[in-house]
Amino acid sequence: MMNELNTPVLKASGLIKDFPIGSGNKASMRALNDISFELHKGQALAIVGESGSGKSTSARILSRIFEETAGLIEYKGIKLKDFIKKFGRLEYARQVQMVFQDPFGSLNPVHTIYHHIARPLLIHKRTDKQGVEQAVYDLLELVGLSPAYETSLKYPHQLSGGQRQRVAIARAIAVEPEVILADEPISMLDVSVRLGILNLMAELKDKRGISFMYITHDIATARYFAEKTAVMYLGHMVEWGDSDAVTQTPQHPYTQLLLSAVADSARKDTVEFKANTGEIPLWGKESKGCPFVSRCHKVIEPCHQTMPAIKEISSGHFIRCYQV
Amino acid sequence: MKQIPIHGDALVSPDKPKANLIYKNLGSKLKAFWSFFEGNPPALIGGFLLTLIMTMAVLAPVLASHDPDRRVARSHVEPSAKHFLGSTRSGRDVYSQLLFGAQKTLSVALAAGAIAVFIAIGVGVTAGYMGGRVDSYLNFLTNVFLVFPQLPLLIVLAAFLGQVSSLVITLLLGLTSWPWVARVIRSQTLSLRHKEFVISAEVMGESRWRIILVEILPNLVSIVFGGFLGTTIYAMGAEAGLGILGLGDSTEVSWGSMLYWAQTSSSLFTGAWWEMLAPAMALALTGGALALINMSIDQMSNPKLKTGKHMKLWKKLKREADQRRGLV
Repeated sequence: MMNELNTPVLKASGLIKDFPIGSGNKASMRALNDISFELHKGQALAIVGESGSGKSTSARILSRIFEETAGLIEYKGIKLKDFIKKFGRLEYARQVQMVFQDPFGSLNPVHTIYHHIARPLLIHKRTDKQGVEQAVYDLLELVGLSPAYETSLKYPHQLSGGQRQRVAIARAIAVEPEVILADEPISMLDVSVRLGILNLMAELKDKRGISFMYITHDIATARYFAEKTAVMYLGHMVEWGDSDAVTQTPQHPYTQLLLSAVADSARKDTVEFKANTGEIPLWGKESKGCPFVSRCHKVIEPCHQTMPAIKEISSGHFIRCYQV
Repeated sequence: MKQIPIHGDALVSPDKPKANLIYKNLGSKLKAFWSFFEGNPPALIGGFLLTLIMTMAVLAPVLASHDPDRRVARSHVEPSAKHFLGSTRSGRDVYSQLLFGAQKTLSVALAAGAIAVFIAIGVGVTAGYMGGRVDSYLNFLTNVFLVFPQLPLLIVLAAFLGQVSSLVITLLLGLTSWPWVARVIRSQTLSLRHKEFVISAEVMGESRWRIILVEILPNLVSIVFGGFLGTTIYAMGAEAGLGILGLGDSTEVSWGSMLYWAQTSSSLFTGAWWEMLAPAMALALTGGALALINMSIDQMSNPKLKTGKHMKLWKKLKREADQRRGLV
């Protein structure tokens, strides 16, 4: 029993993903480079980083939209490929659900809300034909879309962004998943409704024991929602650990830069905003060194040569930087 | 269906909503149908004309005053109360021929349009959704059909087969006029393919065919319908064209064969303008009606093309603003 608790639901080690550039197959860009993380039951892992840092690519590899180039993914302690072989792709699709960034794009404009929530129930045979209707209403109530009956008849364009994202979440939890990969679920919503969605996800996490991979570029919400946080830059994990440690005592220059960008009127210690405004390089197979050198203000010679090794600076707080 | 709690204690009775739902849906469907015509003169005119023409074609046996295949008058009688549109050289009643000819011409055009659109949907959606090798094969096939000069090909085929029946013409037109619709559908499918709702359906484990039929196809309705109307107009013209050239079956009554006989009897030279003008006007009106509807569908799927009251309002406001500034 103890063992089961300690085994991560989803574990990725050494993930690498190359995308070909252009029509020739020779050139490629490395979207993910040596990414490792664990998702535990009932916990959330926030992945923070700017656009192009490989956050979404990681989620899309886990949801099998993309295939990893190298690396190992384990699901519930067994290799993902073996799990899919044993239980089928459909079963994995049921257990690992995804919530997309754009609530305007992730719902089909020609179908009602009812269709969107009933389909996963029917595909994965969660209820019989008679029970579907009631199950849909229950789910809509659960995510706070009442009156459920009226909502189920509406089309996506008749709902607000926040309501649509609630529909997307209802659809994801309809099949009782173990993991939800939330790809920037609140970044396209009005600030006023973000907290509601975050709280809904937190409730699902705590009450239903669903593991979340919460992808965001807003490091403040990462601390609010997730137990663990990993900071990514250009396909590399640069700093990770307990959310409090990462966000309160950031050590990597990039994490510090990210935090200095968070608006906070109460902040007294005016962190000096230090960064070079260098170009972001295109990362390829042959690229070497730390990806952040062009924008880092603490560069030393080895930074250009090799990526720093992983250092544990305090218990459960890791970093890859020479200067710490 | 169990009871559904709505906002606290209030409960909806189990049977009521369903009955209401049917009326509500019907009501909203009718409303949506009307909203297409509202404030849209091209759609109104086109819809009215097309309804009129279709009704006349369907009711031809009732409305016709004579048998279209029988000699019922002297040669080239002028339009009169007895023969509304006069008679042909061989003494047939033009008005009755026009009504029965509409049946033939419209059924050929609509059937050819339907065949073409079905092929186009199959090829276009499959190519766009599957991508890769399937796409390049299907795209090649589409391009081959696209570069065929259609009308000359039809003429050669029709001439080769002798005077062919309208069924053969329908098939020929249907099988050769799908490529441009297929291309439009393919490109639209390509753009839908990477929309998040399609990806999320895939992640959820939805089957390929269901994604194509249920998730993607309903989003293409306006394009498919536009393509259908376009192909129908083309097929109608091509059918008439083949008829005039005498490549269709001239013993069948259609607008094309009417034009053929009007031509061979040199009706315009002898002053019998009605024999030529009646089918020509019918073709022009029907084509115009279809084109008008097609235009309004374009406006619906691409609101940038929309003119009308919005533009008028804008112009009015601009004029007023200019006057205030003393520019006019």
